[in-house]
Amino acid sequence: MPESKLMTMVEAVDRFVPDGSEIALGCGLETCIPFSAGHELMRQKKRRLALIGPISDMLFDQLVGAGCADRIRAAWVGNVITGSGYNFRRAVESGAIDVEDHTNLTITMGLRAGAAGVPFMPTLTALGSDLLSTNSQLKEMVCPFTGGPLVAVRAIRPDVAIISVQRAAASGGAHAWGNLGVSREACMASRQVIIVAEEIVPEDTICSDPNRILLPSFRVGAVVHEPWSAHPSPMPGFYNRDHQVFLDYQQASKTPPGFAEWFSRWVVGVASRTEYLDLLGNDRQRQLMITHSAPSVPVDYGY
Amino acid sequence: MTAYTAAELMVTAAARKIRNGEIVFVGMRLPLLGFLLAKCTHAPRAVGVYELGIVRDNPSPRPILTMGDLPNLYQAAWLADTGDAMALLQQGAVDISFIGGAQIDRYGNLNTTVIRSSNGIRTRLPGSGGACDLACLAGRHMIIMAHEKRRFVARVDYVTSPGFGRGSGWRQQRGLPRGGPAGVITTLGCFSFDPQTREMVLDSVHPDVDLETIQAHTGWPVAVSDRLETTPAPTDEELAILRRFDPDGYWTGPRRTENA
Repeated sequence: MPESKLMTMVEAVDRFVPDGSEIALGCGLETCIPFSAGHELMRQKKRRLALIGPISDMLFDQLVGAGCADRIRAAWVGNVITGSGYNFRRAVESGAIDVEDHTNLTITMGLRAGAAGVPFMPTLTALGSDLLSTNSQLKEMVCPFTGGPLVAVRAIRPDVAIISVQRAAASGGAHAWGNLGVSREACMASRQVIIVAEEIVPEDTICSDPNRILLPSFRVGAVVHEPWSAHPSPMPGFYNRDHQVFLDYQQASKTPPGFAEWFSRWVVGVASRTEYLDLLGNDRQRQLMITHSAPSVPVDYGY
Repeated sequence: MTAYTAAELMVTAAARKIRNGEIVFVGMRLPLLGFLLAKCTHAPRAVGVYELGIVRDNPSPRPILTMGDLPNLYQAAWLADTGDAMALLQQGAVDISFIGGAQIDRYGNLNTTVIRSSNGIRTRLPGSGGACDLACLAGRHMIIMAHEKRRFVARVDYVTSPGFGRGSGWRQQRGLPRGGPAGVITTLGCFSFDPQTREMVLDSVHPDVDLETIQAHTGWPVAVSDRLETTPAPTDEELAILRRFDPDGYWTGPRRTENA
Protein backbone atom coordinates (compact mmCIF):
# COMPACT_ATOMS: atom_id res chain seq x y z
CA MET A 1 0.00 0.00 0.00
CA PRO A 2 1.33 3.45 -0.86
CA GLU A 3 1.76 5.92 1.97
CA SER A 4 -1.47 7.64 3.03
CA LYS A 5 -1.46 11.42 2.86
CA LEU A 6 -4.94 11.75 4.31
CA MET A 7 -5.26 14.40 6.98
CA THR A 8 -7.75 16.94 8.23
CA MET A 9 -7.97 20.42 6.73
CA VAL A 10 -6.80 21.84 10.06
CA GLU A 11 -3.66 19.72 9.92
CA ALA A 12 -2.97 20.28 6.20
CA VAL A 13 -3.21 24.06 6.49
CA ASP A 14 -1.21 24.09 9.70
CA ARG A 15 1.58 21.93 8.26
CA PHE A 16 1.86 23.20 4.70
CA VAL A 17 0.91 26.88 4.81
CA PRO A 18 3.20 28.79 7.17
CA ASP A 19 2.78 32.56 7.47
CA GLY A 20 4.38 34.32 4.54
CA SER A 21 3.62 31.54 2.04
CA GLU A 22 2.93 32.18 -1.62
CA ILE A 23 -0.25 30.25 -2.25
CA ALA A 24 -2.11 29.40 -5.47
CA LEU A 25 -5.87 29.22 -4.97
CA GLY A 26 -8.94 29.27 -7.17
CA CYS A 27 -7.14 27.80 -10.14
CA GLY A 28 -10.43 26.80 -11.81
CA LEU A 29 -11.25 30.55 -12.09
CA GLU A 30 -14.97 30.12 -11.34
CA THR A 31 -15.32 26.39 -10.69
CA CYS A 32 -13.89 24.18 -7.91
CA ILE A 33 -12.63 27.11 -5.83
CA PRO A 34 -11.33 25.77 -2.49
CA PHE A 35 -13.44 27.99 -0.23
CA SER A 36 -13.22 25.54 2.67
CA ALA A 37 -9.42 25.76 2.63
CA GLY A 38 -9.60 29.54 2.41
CA HIS A 39 -11.85 29.65 5.45
CA GLU A 40 -9.46 27.44 7.41
CA LEU A 41 -6.58 29.80 6.48
CA MET A 42 -8.69 32.59 8.00
CA ARG A 43 -9.53 30.60 11.15
CA GLN A 44 -5.84 29.84 11.71
CA LYS A 45 -5.13 33.58 11.29
CA LYS A 46 -2.51 33.08 8.59
CA ARG A 47 -0.65 36.29 7.88
CA ARG A 48 1.46 37.88 5.09
CA LEU A 49 0.30 35.38 2.47
CA ALA A 50 0.82 36.15 -1.21
CA LEU A 51 -2.29 35.03 -3.14
CA ILE A 52 -1.71 33.70 -6.64
CA GLY A 53 -4.46 32.96 -9.17
CA PRO A 54 -6.09 34.29 -12.31
CA ILE A 55 -9.64 35.04 -11.07
CA SER A 56 -10.39 33.49 -7.74
CA ASP A 57 -13.94 34.75 -7.72
CA MET A 58 -14.60 36.20 -4.25
CA LEU A 59 -12.22 33.98 -2.23
CA PHE A 60 -9.32 36.45 -2.53
CA ASP A 61 -11.58 39.27 -1.32
CA GLN A 62 -12.48 37.21 1.76
CA LEU A 63 -8.83 36.44 2.56
CA VAL A 64 -7.91 40.10 2.18
CA GLY A 65 -10.80 41.12 4.44
CA ALA A 66 -9.61 38.66 7.08
CA GLY A 67 -6.14 40.21 7.02
CA CYS A 68 -4.40 37.07 5.76
CA ALA A 69 -2.71 38.56 2.70
CA ASP A 70 -0.31 41.38 2.02
CA ARG A 71 0.29 40.66 -1.67
CA ILE A 72 -1.79 39.52 -4.62
CA ARG A 73 -0.47 38.22 -7.92
CA ALA A 74 -3.59 37.93 -10.07
CA ALA A 75 -5.37 38.94 -13.26
CA TRP A 76 -8.67 39.97 -11.66
CA VAL A 77 -9.93 40.27 -8.11
CA GLY A 78 -13.62 40.73 -7.37
CA ASN A 79 -16.93 38.92 -7.40
CA VAL A 80 -17.61 37.46 -10.83
CA ILE A 81 -21.36 38.09 -11.08
CA THR A 82 -21.40 41.41 -9.20
CA GLY A 83 -18.10 43.15 -9.99
CA SER A 84 -15.89 44.84 -7.40
CA GLY A 85 -14.45 43.11 -4.35
CA TYR A 86 -14.86 45.65 -1.60
CA ASN A 87 -12.24 44.35 0.85
CA PHE A 88 -9.74 44.24 -2.02
CA ARG A 89 -10.63 47.82 -2.97
CA ARG A 90 -10.31 49.09 0.59
CA ALA A 91 -7.01 47.30 1.12
CA VAL A 92 -5.40 48.55 -2.10
CA GLU A 93 -6.73 52.08 -1.70
CA SER A 94 -5.35 52.28 1.86
CA GLY A 95 -2.00 50.78 0.83
CA ALA A 96 -2.44 47.67 2.99
CA ILE A 97 -1.68 45.24 0.14
CA ASP A 98 0.45 45.22 -2.98
CA VAL A 99 -0.91 44.01 -6.30
CA GLU A 100 1.08 42.44 -9.12
CA ASP A 101 -1.28 42.96 -12.04
CA HIS A 102 -1.45 40.13 -14.55
CA THR A 103 -3.69 39.10 -17.41
CA ASN A 104 -5.18 35.63 -17.67
CA LEU A 105 -2.52 34.80 -20.25
CA THR A 106 0.46 36.23 -18.33
CA ILE A 107 -0.43 34.45 -15.07
CA THR A 108 -0.90 31.22 -17.03
CA MET A 109 2.49 31.68 -18.69
CA GLY A 110 4.15 32.53 -15.36
CA LEU A 111 2.83 29.34 -13.81
CA ARG A 112 3.68 27.38 -16.97
CA ALA A 113 7.28 28.62 -16.76
CA GLY A 114 7.35 27.58 -13.10
CA ALA A 115 5.91 24.20 -14.06
CA ALA A 116 8.40 23.73 -16.89
CA GLY A 117 11.44 24.71 -14.83
CA VAL A 118 12.43 27.63 -17.05
CA PRO A 119 12.97 31.25 -15.91
CA PHE A 120 10.27 32.77 -18.11
CA MET A 121 7.80 32.16 -20.90
CA PRO A 122 7.25 34.50 -23.87
CA THR A 123 3.86 35.84 -24.96
CA LEU A 124 2.44 38.36 -27.40
CA THR A 125 -0.03 39.81 -24.92
CA ALA A 126 0.20 43.06 -22.93
CA LEU A 127 2.32 44.89 -25.53
CA GLY A 128 1.32 48.55 -25.34
CA SER A 129 -0.44 48.15 -22.00
CA ASP A 130 0.49 49.81 -18.71
CA LEU A 131 0.88 46.38 -17.10
CA LEU A 132 4.40 46.41 -18.49
CA SER A 133 5.26 49.48 -16.43
CA THR A 134 3.54 48.48 -13.17
CA ASN A 135 4.38 44.76 -13.02
CA SER A 136 8.13 44.12 -12.72
CA GLN A 137 7.61 40.44 -13.54
CA LEU A 138 6.71 41.33 -17.14
CA LYS A 139 9.54 42.49 -19.40
CA GLU A 140 9.51 43.40 -23.03
CA MET A 141 12.14 41.45 -24.98
CA VAL A 142 13.25 40.88 -28.55
CA CYS A 143 12.49 37.50 -30.10
CA PRO A 144 15.83 35.80 -30.84
CA PHE A 145 14.39 34.29 -34.02
CA THR A 146 12.17 36.96 -35.60
CA GLY A 147 13.50 40.12 -33.98
CA GLY A 148 9.95 41.09 -33.08
CA PRO A 149 8.81 42.25 -29.62
CA LEU A 150 7.65 39.74 -27.02
CA VAL A 151 6.67 39.94 -23.37
CA ALA A 152 8.63 37.68 -21.05
CA VAL A 153 6.66 36.53 -18.02
CA ARG A 154 8.87 35.56 -15.12
CA ALA A 155 8.31 32.09 -13.70
CA ILE A 156 5.93 31.82 -10.75
CA ARG A 157 6.75 29.13 -8.19
CA PRO A 158 4.08 29.09 -5.46
CA ASP A 159 5.03 27.52 -2.15
CA VAL A 160 1.77 25.64 -2.15
CA ALA A 161 -1.27 25.09 -4.36
CA ILE A 162 -4.62 24.11 -2.89
CA ILE A 163 -6.87 22.39 -5.41
CA SER A 164 -10.44 21.16 -4.93
CA VAL A 165 -11.22 18.06 -7.00
CA GLN A 166 -13.95 15.48 -7.36
CA ARG A 167 -12.11 12.41 -6.07
CA ALA A 168 -8.74 11.30 -4.81
CA ALA A 169 -7.00 8.29 -3.35
CA ALA A 170 -5.14 8.43 -0.05
CA SER A 171 -1.79 8.40 -1.90
CA GLY A 172 -2.55 11.72 -3.60
CA GLY A 173 -3.69 10.51 -7.02
CA ALA A 174 -6.56 12.84 -7.90
CA HIS A 175 -9.19 12.94 -10.62
CA ALA A 176 -10.39 16.34 -11.80
CA TRP A 177 -12.77 17.00 -14.63
CA GLY A 178 -14.63 19.93 -16.11
CA ASN A 179 -12.79 23.08 -17.14
CA LEU A 180 -9.46 23.03 -15.34
CA GLY A 181 -8.40 26.68 -15.58
CA VAL A 182 -4.74 26.85 -14.51
CA SER A 183 -4.96 23.88 -12.12
CA ARG A 184 -2.46 21.75 -14.01
CA GLU A 185 0.15 24.52 -14.29
CA ALA A 186 -0.35 25.56 -10.65
CA CYS A 187 0.09 22.00 -9.37
CA MET A 188 3.25 21.44 -11.37
CA ALA A 189 4.72 24.86 -10.51
CA SER A 190 4.11 24.60 -6.76
CA ARG A 191 6.56 23.16 -4.26
CA GLN A 192 3.72 21.57 -2.31
CA VAL A 193 0.16 20.55 -3.27
CA ILE A 194 -2.87 20.06 -1.03
CA ILE A 195 -5.69 18.11 -2.70
CA VAL A 196 -9.18 18.61 -1.28
CA ALA A 197 -11.53 15.87 -2.48
CA GLU A 198 -15.28 15.45 -2.50
CA GLU A 199 -14.76 11.69 -2.28
CA ILE A 200 -11.92 9.42 -1.22
CA VAL A 201 -11.78 6.39 -3.51
CA PRO A 202 -9.59 3.26 -3.77
CA GLU A 203 -6.25 3.54 -5.61
CA ASP A 204 -7.67 1.27 -8.34
CA THR A 205 -10.37 3.79 -9.20
CA ILE A 206 -7.77 6.47 -9.82
CA CYS A 207 -5.43 4.13 -11.74
CA SER A 208 -8.30 3.01 -13.95
CA ASP A 209 -8.32 6.40 -15.69
CA PRO A 210 -4.81 7.86 -15.70
CA ASN A 211 -5.60 10.61 -18.25
CA ARG A 212 -7.85 12.20 -15.66
CA ILE A 213 -5.13 12.35 -12.97
CA LEU A 214 -4.17 15.96 -12.22
CA LEU A 215 -0.52 15.36 -11.34
CA PRO A 216 1.70 12.49 -10.23
CA SER A 217 0.92 11.55 -6.65
CA PHE A 218 4.55 11.91 -5.57
CA ARG A 219 4.04 15.68 -5.94
CA VAL A 220 1.10 15.75 -3.51
CA GLY A 221 1.72 16.54 0.15
CA ALA A 222 -1.73 16.18 1.64
CA VAL A 223 -5.15 14.79 0.77
CA VAL A 224 -8.11 16.23 2.64
CA HIS A 225 -11.54 14.64 2.46
CA GLU A 226 -14.02 17.48 2.56
CA PRO A 227 -17.37 17.26 0.73
CA TRP A 228 -18.74 20.59 -0.57
CA SER A 229 -15.27 22.14 -0.24
CA ALA A 230 -15.93 24.44 -3.19
CA HIS A 231 -19.34 25.78 -2.14
CA PRO A 232 -20.58 28.35 -3.24
CA SER A 233 -18.61 27.72 -6.45
CA PRO A 234 -19.71 24.74 -8.56
CA MET A 235 -18.16 21.25 -8.60
CA PRO A 236 -18.83 19.39 -11.88
CA GLY A 237 -20.59 16.11 -11.21
CA PHE A 238 -21.58 17.13 -7.68
CA TYR A 239 -23.24 20.51 -7.13
CA ASN A 240 -24.17 23.73 -8.91
CA ARG A 241 -23.08 27.30 -8.21
CA ASP A 242 -24.91 28.95 -5.29
CA HIS A 243 -25.47 32.39 -6.84
CA GLN A 244 -27.32 33.74 -3.81
CA VAL A 245 -24.22 33.44 -1.62
CA PHE A 246 -22.28 35.65 -4.04
CA LEU A 247 -25.10 38.23 -4.02
CA ASP A 248 -25.37 38.14 -0.21
CA TYR A 249 -21.60 38.48 0.16
CA GLN A 250 -21.55 41.52 -2.10
CA GLN A 251 -24.05 43.26 0.20
CA ALA A 252 -22.29 42.11 3.38
CA SER A 253 -18.80 43.13 2.28
CA LYS A 254 -19.70 46.69 1.28
CA THR A 255 -18.68 47.97 4.73
CA PRO A 256 -16.10 46.69 7.23
CA PRO A 257 -18.77 46.05 9.91
CA GLY A 258 -20.86 44.14 7.36
CA PHE A 259 -17.86 42.01 6.45
CA ALA A 260 -17.07 41.44 10.15
CA GLU A 261 -20.59 40.15 10.69
CA TRP A 262 -20.34 37.80 7.68
CA PHE A 263 -16.91 36.65 8.91
CA SER A 264 -18.06 35.90 12.45
CA ARG A 265 -21.06 33.93 11.18
CA TRP A 266 -19.63 31.91 8.28
CA VAL A 267 -15.93 31.58 9.13
CA VAL A 268 -15.05 31.86 12.83
CA GLY A 269 -18.60 30.97 13.85
CA VAL A 270 -18.03 27.43 12.57
CA ALA A 271 -15.18 25.12 13.51
CA SER A 272 -15.14 23.07 10.32
CA ARG A 273 -16.71 22.53 6.93
CA THR A 274 -19.19 20.14 8.54
CA GLU A 275 -20.47 22.91 10.81
CA TYR A 276 -20.56 25.27 7.83
CA LEU A 277 -22.78 22.82 5.98
CA ASP A 278 -25.06 22.48 9.02
CA LEU A 279 -25.42 26.25 9.00
CA LEU A 280 -26.13 26.24 5.27
CA GLY A 281 -28.83 23.61 5.76
CA ASN A 282 -29.85 20.42 4.01
CA ASP A 283 -32.56 22.08 1.96
CA ARG A 284 -30.09 24.49 0.39
CA GLN A 285 -27.70 21.65 -0.42
CA ARG A 286 -30.50 19.64 -2.00
CA GLN A 287 -31.41 22.56 -4.24
CA LEU A 288 -27.83 22.79 -5.49
CA MET A 289 -27.25 19.09 -6.22
CA ILE A 290 -27.03 18.24 -9.90
CA THR A 291 -30.38 16.99 -11.19
CA HIS A 292 -29.35 16.11 -14.74
CA SER A 293 -26.73 13.40 -14.45
CA ALA A 294 -24.56 12.96 -17.56
CA PRO A 295 -21.87 10.28 -17.11
CA SER A 296 -19.29 9.80 -19.86
CA VAL A 297 -18.74 6.51 -21.65
CA PRO A 298 -15.77 4.58 -20.15
CA VAL A 299 -12.59 4.25 -22.21
CA ASP A 300 -10.37 1.18 -22.50
CA TYR A 301 -6.74 1.39 -21.28
CA GLY A 302 -6.10 -2.33 -21.82
CA TYR A 303 -3.13 -3.98 -23.48
CA MET B 1 -43.44 46.26 -30.73
CA THR B 2 -42.35 44.95 -27.34
CA ALA B 3 -40.81 47.38 -24.84
CA TYR B 4 -37.14 46.67 -24.10
CA THR B 5 -34.36 47.82 -21.78
CA ALA B 6 -31.13 49.63 -22.67
CA ALA B 7 -29.22 46.44 -21.85
CA GLU B 8 -31.38 44.42 -24.24
CA LEU B 9 -30.70 46.94 -27.00
CA MET B 10 -26.95 46.75 -26.30
CA VAL B 11 -26.84 42.95 -26.25
CA THR B 12 -28.76 42.82 -29.50
CA ALA B 13 -26.40 45.31 -31.14
CA ALA B 14 -23.45 43.21 -29.91
CA ALA B 15 -24.93 39.93 -31.15
CA ARG B 16 -25.38 41.38 -34.63
CA LYS B 17 -21.62 41.97 -34.84
CA ILE B 18 -20.98 38.21 -34.74
CA ARG B 19 -20.84 36.69 -38.22
CA ASN B 20 -21.96 33.16 -38.89
CA GLY B 21 -19.13 30.65 -38.46
CA GLU B 22 -16.90 32.98 -36.46
CA ILE B 23 -14.87 31.93 -33.42
CA VAL B 24 -16.04 34.17 -30.57
CA PHE B 25 -14.14 34.68 -27.32
CA VAL B 26 -17.05 35.09 -24.92
CA GLY B 27 -16.46 37.38 -21.94
CA MET B 28 -18.34 37.84 -18.70
CA ARG B 29 -21.71 39.56 -18.35
CA LEU B 30 -23.61 40.89 -21.41
CA PRO B 31 -21.40 39.08 -23.96
CA LEU B 32 -22.54 35.75 -22.49
CA LEU B 33 -26.04 36.62 -23.71
CA GLY B 34 -24.85 38.23 -26.94
CA PHE B 35 -23.20 35.00 -28.02
CA LEU B 36 -26.30 32.92 -27.21
CA LEU B 37 -28.52 35.37 -29.09
CA ALA B 38 -26.29 35.26 -32.18
CA LYS B 39 -26.21 31.43 -32.05
CA CYS B 40 -29.99 31.29 -31.98
CA THR B 41 -30.54 33.82 -34.79
CA HIS B 42 -28.18 34.68 -37.64
CA ALA B 43 -24.99 32.87 -36.56
CA PRO B 44 -25.85 29.24 -35.76
CA ARG B 45 -22.34 28.07 -36.74
CA ALA B 46 -20.53 30.48 -34.39
CA VAL B 47 -18.23 28.81 -31.84
CA GLY B 48 -17.71 30.20 -28.31
CA VAL B 49 -14.39 30.11 -26.45
CA TYR B 50 -14.44 30.87 -22.70
CA GLU B 51 -11.39 31.78 -20.61
CA LEU B 52 -12.13 29.07 -18.03
CA GLY B 53 -11.07 26.55 -20.68
CA ILE B 54 -14.41 25.87 -22.38
CA VAL B 55 -15.30 25.72 -26.07
CA ARG B 56 -18.98 25.43 -27.05
CA ASP B 57 -20.62 25.08 -30.43
CA ASN B 58 -24.14 24.69 -29.04
CA PRO B 59 -26.04 26.88 -26.59
CA SER B 60 -26.09 25.72 -22.97
CA PRO B 61 -29.21 23.63 -22.25
CA ARG B 62 -30.29 25.96 -19.46
CA PRO B 63 -29.92 29.67 -18.73
CA ILE B 64 -26.61 30.56 -17.07
CA LEU B 65 -25.61 33.56 -14.98
CA THR B 66 -21.92 33.03 -15.54
CA MET B 67 -19.68 30.92 -17.77
CA GLY B 68 -18.71 28.55 -14.95
CA ASP B 69 -22.30 27.42 -14.40
CA LEU B 70 -22.45 23.68 -14.98
CA PRO B 71 -24.94 23.81 -17.89
CA ASN B 72 -22.18 25.68 -19.77
CA LEU B 73 -19.92 22.62 -19.37
CA TYR B 74 -22.56 20.11 -20.46
CA GLN B 75 -21.75 18.59 -23.88
CA ALA B 76 -19.11 21.23 -24.52
CA ALA B 77 -17.05 20.96 -27.70
CA TRP B 78 -13.91 20.99 -25.53
CA LEU B 79 -13.19 21.19 -21.81
CA ALA B 80 -9.56 22.08 -21.30
CA ASP B 81 -7.24 24.55 -19.60
CA THR B 82 -7.25 28.33 -19.53
CA GLY B 83 -3.91 28.07 -21.34
CA ASP B 84 -5.64 26.25 -24.20
CA ALA B 85 -8.32 28.93 -24.58
CA MET B 86 -5.64 31.62 -24.46
CA ALA B 87 -3.52 29.67 -26.97
CA LEU B 88 -6.38 29.75 -29.47
CA LEU B 89 -6.47 33.50 -28.95
CA GLN B 90 -2.71 34.00 -29.21
CA GLN B 91 -2.36 31.92 -32.39
CA GLY B 92 -4.95 34.11 -34.09
CA ALA B 93 -7.89 31.68 -34.18
CA VAL B 94 -10.33 34.05 -32.47
CA ASP B 95 -12.26 36.35 -34.83
CA ILE B 96 -14.12 38.55 -32.37
CA SER B 97 -14.39 39.24 -28.67
CA PHE B 98 -16.25 41.59 -26.36
CA ILE B 99 -14.89 43.54 -23.40
CA GLY B 100 -16.00 46.35 -21.13
CA GLY B 101 -14.27 49.01 -19.09
CA ALA B 102 -14.53 51.72 -16.48
CA GLN B 103 -12.75 54.36 -18.62
CA ILE B 104 -12.27 54.70 -22.37
CA ASP B 105 -10.60 57.30 -24.57
CA ARG B 106 -11.19 58.29 -28.20
CA TYR B 107 -8.77 55.60 -29.46
CA GLY B 108 -10.55 52.83 -27.60
CA ASN B 109 -7.90 52.35 -24.89
CA LEU B 110 -9.60 50.84 -21.84
CA ASN B 111 -8.94 51.03 -18.12
CA THR B 112 -10.26 48.38 -15.72
CA THR B 113 -7.38 48.64 -13.23
CA VAL B 114 -7.30 51.91 -11.32
CA ILE B 115 -8.89 55.37 -11.21
CA ARG B 116 -6.25 57.77 -9.99
CA SER B 117 -6.64 60.95 -7.97
CA SER B 118 -4.15 63.82 -7.76
CA ASN B 119 -2.50 62.19 -4.75
CA GLY B 120 -2.77 58.49 -5.47
CA ILE B 121 -5.48 55.90 -5.97
CA ARG B 122 -9.11 56.97 -6.00
CA THR B 123 -10.67 53.63 -6.91
CA ARG B 124 -9.04 50.25 -7.35
CA LEU B 125 -10.89 48.19 -9.98
CA PRO B 126 -10.77 44.39 -10.43
CA GLY B 127 -8.04 44.41 -13.11
CA SER B 128 -7.57 42.90 -16.56
CA GLY B 129 -8.78 39.35 -16.26
CA GLY B 130 -8.63 38.33 -19.91
CA ALA B 131 -9.48 41.78 -21.26
CA CYS B 132 -5.92 42.86 -22.08
CA ASP B 133 -5.32 39.54 -23.85
CA LEU B 134 -8.46 39.96 -25.95
CA ALA B 135 -7.64 43.56 -26.82
CA CYS B 136 -4.12 42.53 -27.89
CA LEU B 137 -4.78 39.25 -29.67
CA ALA B 138 -8.34 38.84 -31.01
CA GLY B 139 -8.98 39.48 -34.69
CA ARG B 140 -11.18 42.37 -33.56
CA HIS B 141 -12.94 43.30 -30.34
CA MET B 142 -16.13 45.11 -29.49
CA ILE B 143 -16.37 47.30 -26.40
CA ILE B 144 -19.59 47.42 -24.41
CA MET B 145 -19.95 50.03 -21.66
CA ALA B 146 -22.08 52.61 -19.90
CA HIS B 147 -21.85 56.04 -21.53
CA GLU B 148 -21.00 58.58 -18.84
CA LYS B 149 -18.70 61.60 -18.84
CA ARG B 150 -16.54 60.17 -16.05
CA ARG B 151 -16.00 57.07 -18.21
CA PHE B 152 -15.54 58.68 -21.65
CA VAL B 153 -12.39 60.62 -20.86
CA ALA B 154 -9.73 62.45 -22.84
CA ARG B 155 -7.05 60.19 -21.39
CA VAL B 156 -7.50 56.98 -19.40
CA ASP B 157 -5.65 56.78 -16.08
CA TYR B 158 -4.19 53.37 -16.93
CA VAL B 159 -4.15 51.38 -20.17
CA THR B 160 -5.32 47.91 -19.14
CA SER B 161 -6.47 46.89 -22.62
CA PRO B 162 -4.86 48.68 -25.55
CA GLY B 163 -7.04 50.06 -28.31
CA PHE B 164 -5.38 52.11 -31.02
CA GLY B 165 -3.00 53.74 -28.53
CA ARG B 166 -2.39 57.25 -29.83
CA GLY B 167 -3.84 56.62 -33.29
CA SER B 168 -2.76 55.41 -36.70
CA GLY B 169 0.11 52.91 -36.81
CA TRP B 170 0.48 52.64 -33.03
CA ARG B 171 -0.47 48.96 -32.71
CA GLN B 172 2.03 47.91 -35.39
CA GLN B 173 4.75 50.00 -33.73
CA ARG B 174 4.12 48.29 -30.42
CA GLY B 175 4.35 44.87 -32.04
CA LEU B 176 0.75 43.82 -31.55
CA PRO B 177 0.19 41.07 -34.10
CA ARG B 178 -3.33 42.01 -35.20
CA GLY B 179 -6.68 43.35 -34.16
CA GLY B 180 -7.90 46.45 -32.43
CA PRO B 181 -11.32 47.69 -31.38
CA ALA B 182 -13.95 47.42 -34.12
CA GLY B 183 -16.62 49.38 -32.29
CA VAL B 184 -18.10 50.61 -29.05
CA ILE B 185 -21.67 49.91 -27.99
CA THR B 186 -22.77 52.24 -25.21
CA THR B 187 -25.97 52.98 -23.33
CA LEU B 188 -26.48 55.92 -25.75
CA GLY B 189 -25.17 54.90 -29.16
CA CYS B 190 -22.84 52.83 -31.34
CA PHE B 191 -19.38 53.87 -32.56
CA SER B 192 -16.83 52.51 -35.00
CA PHE B 193 -13.22 53.63 -35.52
CA ASP B 194 -12.03 55.74 -38.45
CA PRO B 195 -9.75 53.56 -40.63
CA GLN B 196 -7.25 56.44 -41.05
CA THR B 197 -7.18 58.34 -37.78
CA ARG B 198 -8.33 55.41 -35.60
CA GLU B 199 -10.58 57.79 -33.66
CA MET B 200 -14.00 56.78 -32.45
CA VAL B 201 -16.82 57.84 -34.81
CA LEU B 202 -20.50 57.90 -33.87
CA ASP B 203 -22.45 55.68 -36.28
CA SER B 204 -25.84 55.48 -34.59
CA VAL B 205 -27.76 56.93 -31.70
CA HIS B 206 -30.17 54.78 -29.74
CA PRO B 207 -33.91 55.56 -30.10
CA ASP B 208 -34.87 58.69 -28.10
CA VAL B 209 -31.24 59.76 -27.61
CA ASP B 210 -29.96 62.94 -29.31
CA LEU B 211 -26.51 64.05 -30.38
CA GLU B 212 -26.32 66.73 -27.69
CA THR B 213 -26.79 64.12 -24.99
CA ILE B 214 -23.99 62.02 -26.41
CA GLN B 215 -21.63 65.01 -26.64
CA ALA B 216 -22.53 66.06 -23.07
CA HIS B 217 -21.49 62.61 -21.83
CA THR B 218 -18.24 62.44 -23.80
CA GLY B 219 -14.97 64.03 -22.71
CA TRP B 220 -13.77 65.01 -26.21
CA PRO B 221 -15.42 66.48 -29.33
CA VAL B 222 -17.38 63.58 -30.81
CA ALA B 223 -16.71 62.76 -34.46
CA VAL B 224 -19.99 61.93 -36.19
CA SER B 225 -20.50 59.77 -39.25
CA ASP B 226 -21.94 61.40 -42.40
CA ARG B 227 -24.49 58.61 -42.39
CA LEU B 228 -25.64 58.82 -38.78
CA GLU B 229 -28.47 56.39 -38.09
CA THR B 230 -30.78 55.35 -35.31
CA THR B 231 -29.70 52.07 -33.69
CA PRO B 232 -32.19 49.41 -34.80
CA ALA B 233 -34.41 48.21 -31.94
CA PRO B 234 -34.37 44.53 -30.97
CA THR B 235 -36.98 42.50 -32.80
CA ASP B 236 -39.66 40.55 -30.95
CA GLU B 237 -37.81 37.35 -31.83
CA GLU B 238 -34.53 38.66 -30.38
CA LEU B 239 -36.25 39.81 -27.21
CA ALA B 240 -37.98 36.46 -26.77
CA ILE B 241 -34.63 34.65 -27.05
CA LEU B 242 -32.89 37.04 -24.64
CA ARG B 243 -35.64 36.54 -22.09
CA ARG B 244 -35.39 32.79 -22.43
CA PHE B 245 -31.67 32.96 -21.55
CA ASP B 246 -32.01 35.68 -18.89
CA PRO B 247 -35.45 34.84 -17.49
CA ASP B 248 -35.10 36.91 -14.32
CA GLY B 249 -33.53 39.88 -16.07
CA TYR B 250 -30.33 39.55 -14.01
CA TRP B 251 -28.20 41.02 -16.82
CA THR B 252 -30.81 42.77 -18.96
CA GLY B 253 -33.42 43.97 -16.45
CA PRO B 254 -35.20 45.60 -14.79
CA ARG B 255 -37.72 45.49 -17.59
CA ARG B 256 -40.60 47.36 -15.98
CA THR B 257 -39.25 50.93 -16.05
CA GLU B 258 -37.41 51.37 -19.34
CA ASN B 259 -39.60 51.41 -22.43
CA ALA B 260 -38.87 51.85 -26.09
